[in-house]
Amino acid sequence: MTNRRDFIVLTASALTAIGAASFMWPVIDSLNPSADVLALASTEVDLTSIKEGQVVKVAWRGKPVFVKYRTPEEIAAAKTVPLSELRDPETDEQRTKPGHEQWLIMVAICTHLGCIPIPDSGDFGGYFCPCHGSDYDTAGRIRKGPAPLNLIIPEYKFLTDTKILIG
Amino acid sequence: MRNFLLIIFTIFISLMANANEDAMHPKKEAWPFDGIFGKVDREAAQRGYKVYKEVCSACHSMDLIAFRTLTDIGFSKEEVKALAAESQIHDGPNDQGEMFDRPRTPADFLPAPFPNEQAARAANNGAYPPDLSLIIKARHDGANYVHALLNGFTEPNKEGLVIPNGMYYNPYFPGHKIAMAPPLAEGQVTFDDGTNSTIEQMSRDVVVFLQWAAEPEMEVRKRMGIKTMIFLLIFTGFFIVAKRRIWKNVK
Amino acid sequence: MSDKTEYKGLKGWIEHRLPIFSSLEHFSKYQTPKNLNYAWNFGSMAGIALVLQILTGLLLAMHYTPHIKMAFQSVESIMRDVNYGWLLRYMHAVGASMFFMVVYAHIARGLYYGSYKSPRELLWFFGIILFLAMMATAFMGYVLPWGQMSFWGATVITNLFSAFPLVGESIVTWLWGGFSVGNPTLNRFFALHYLLPFMLLGLVVIHIATLHQHGSNNPTGLDVKSKKDTINFHPYYTVKDFVGFGIFFIIYAYFVFFEPNYLGHPDNYIPANPMVTPTHIVPEWYFLPFYAILRSIPNKLAGVLAMFGSILILFFLPWLDKCKIRSGNYRPIFKVAYLFFIIDVVFLGWLGGKPAEGDYISMAQVATFFYFFYFLILVPVISIYEKTKPLPASISEDFAKHKGA
Repeated sequence: MTNRRDFIVLTASALTAIGAASFMWPVIDSLNPSADVLALASTEVDLTSIKEGQVVKVAWRGKPVFVKYRTPEEIAAAKTVPLSELRDPETDEQRTKPGHEQWLIMVAICTHLGCIPIPDSGDFGGYFCPCHGSDYDTAGRIRKGPAPLNLIIPEYKFLTDTKILIG
Repeated sequence: MRNFLLIIFTIFISLMANANEDAMHPKKEAWPFDGIFGKVDREAAQRGYKVYKEVCSACHSMDLIAFRTLTDIGFSKEEVKALAAESQIHDGPNDQGEMFDRPRTPADFLPAPFPNEQAARAANNGAYPPDLSLIIKARHDGANYVHALLNGFTEPNKEGLVIPNGMYYNPYFPGHKIAMAPPLAEGQVTFDDGTNSTIEQMSRDVVVFLQWAAEPEMEVRKRMGIKTMIFLLIFTGFFIVAKRRIWKNVK
Repeated sequence: MSDKTEYKGLKGWIEHRLPIFSSLEHFSKYQTPKNLNYAWNFGSMAGIALVLQILTGLLLAMHYTPHIKMAFQSVESIMRDVNYGWLLRYMHAVGASMFFMVVYAHIARGLYYGSYKSPRELLWFFGIILFLAMMATAFMGYVLPWGQMSFWGATVITNLFSAFPLVGESIVTWLWGGFSVGNPTLNRFFALHYLLPFMLLGLVVIHIATLHQHGSNNPTGLDVKSKKDTINFHPYYTVKDFVGFGIFFIIYAYFVFFEPNYLGHPDNYIPANPMVTPTHIVPEWYFLPFYAILRSIPNKLAGVLAMFGSILILFFLPWLDKCKIRSGNYRPIFKVAYLFFIIDVVFLGWLGGKPAEGDYISMAQVATFFYFFYFLILVPVISIYEKTKPLPASISEDFAKHKGA
């Protein structure tokens, strides 16, 4: 009798658990980004109106992104920095796309506590965050100040030489 | 007692069937989306979209349909991008504080023919062409109603109803006179797949499209329903047997 | 409460600080009459329905916007863009209907088996209060999608309060927060619709506590006389309750997945338009009997009083029904009157969905008259003069005779 009782208890619990779990997935997934939010997950940026040396701030997924057309001097300055000097070692090549090194695309959020750094300022000719003094170089890498990481490079690709898709 | 209540409930619910008494009951057609295995016929829906775009969208908006959702009925991402870009939308302000026009993207919604209800009424003798995003759900027996309505303009006015200027006889519309002129004519739309565009064909295809537009989740819903029902039948069956076993020894 | 079981280890540590385990044991060993039939399942089904409404409602509230310019669109966005949003929305809408179906069956059980009689009068009162709170919650919830029926149903029902002399108009303006149903109305209905279900939960706790004072009634209406009359709640009624849940979910799933809009009204898929009234304004099916009673009386104030009266009269039932025998099983004349009452309520529901024209008007008046006639005349008179059938000697004897309800 106990064997049959155990079987009943086991199957009953299993069926109820399956039922409850299958309902739990839609409950949890309903909180994931909905289709209309995902539709705005990518932003196209037209590069033709950006002049050499200019930096433009665009919105992507609700966040600011720098799109910078670097001068040859800024590129050279970035390439000559030895990796040993970097808190978060990354080469300039790792932070740009081959054949498009003049374009620097970075999330404009300081990796310290989230303020927006000021372009073309600071001791390294790059970006300076006024909130707590984090100083980034011309490749957006952290050189001085409290920020732990380089400015984040988002996922992006060149659709044509003059148009990028971020995200 | 339970059986009694179940019977009462069933009678009650079946008495609830509430049709528009005034309008003629539309003929019941067989639709590919009917029943628990119902599906959206993708080719028909694409033809239906063309009918909407080339005929109906002159007066009727579909504000709830985003271009990106058209991939559901079989358009590719590139086709959807091209369809969206065919029209411009007012956006802004830009960094100079000005409003500007830009081509639509897949994230945008289908363009409306009028900026608001008042403009729509002004252009249509005071009548408001309703938004069609939900029309199949917003009318009793929606699919059959829209199909009958579109074909109903040729019904003879046997009751001798006086039709004022600017109105048209249609027995499927409540009151039997409608402000919409017969919208469909033979061969009006050229279908890309070569299907013959009779009024009957166009009305069927546009109904399939409108049904998808009103209930894009339908196929997923019915599929999930079948799985859930099977599980619940097993679940209930098990508990019925378990209950009987457990209660057997109660004296 | 002395714990007969000694809990060891972690269980013991928790039990000593918060008696969860002895409470669980109390519930599982709770002595319940052994002869309950399936009509006793509806209470637990109502509990499940409430929990499902709260869960789905909470998730919907994460995506819904209670502003007249955005409400309709936000609901459609839930249906189209939110992952499984359509499922949550249909579960919530159909769930409301299921909740009422189950509660009506639960009340019908109470009316037939005399569950409102002494000593369960307070249990009955809390039940009526629960029912009233449920109706308020459902009414406000239906306004939220801001469809044509949402708006016009709200307009008609809030306008009722203007029937009250002197203060009527001010009450209505106060309810609306304006000069017609508008954004302030929608916003406050959302806040209250969110709040009330949690009050329902509290009332359910009191409802069950009141029940546990004297235990459940049973189909014979006899009191429990010895341990032979009862069995442990677990596993007998827990498993039986699961059978009930299974059937509940099958009906629920059928509507949600295959006919989600059957119990609703197509007009609510048209955005609210204060300039255009729908041809026939009807509430959801579960309000139809009361709607019929309201419209059957040509005087506005009298109609409102009759509608509220039709529910408030339930409070007096323990004193209107003077029969010492609880259960309709042993009251042959009462049984027939009860059958007519149920038919009358179904008839009223059907009439509520019809336009208030022609023959429907007189039919509704007859049906309303019978409703009050049942409570005020039929039930009291039958209870005094009826010759009841002989009762069984005990619950256990009745169970042995009928074995396996």
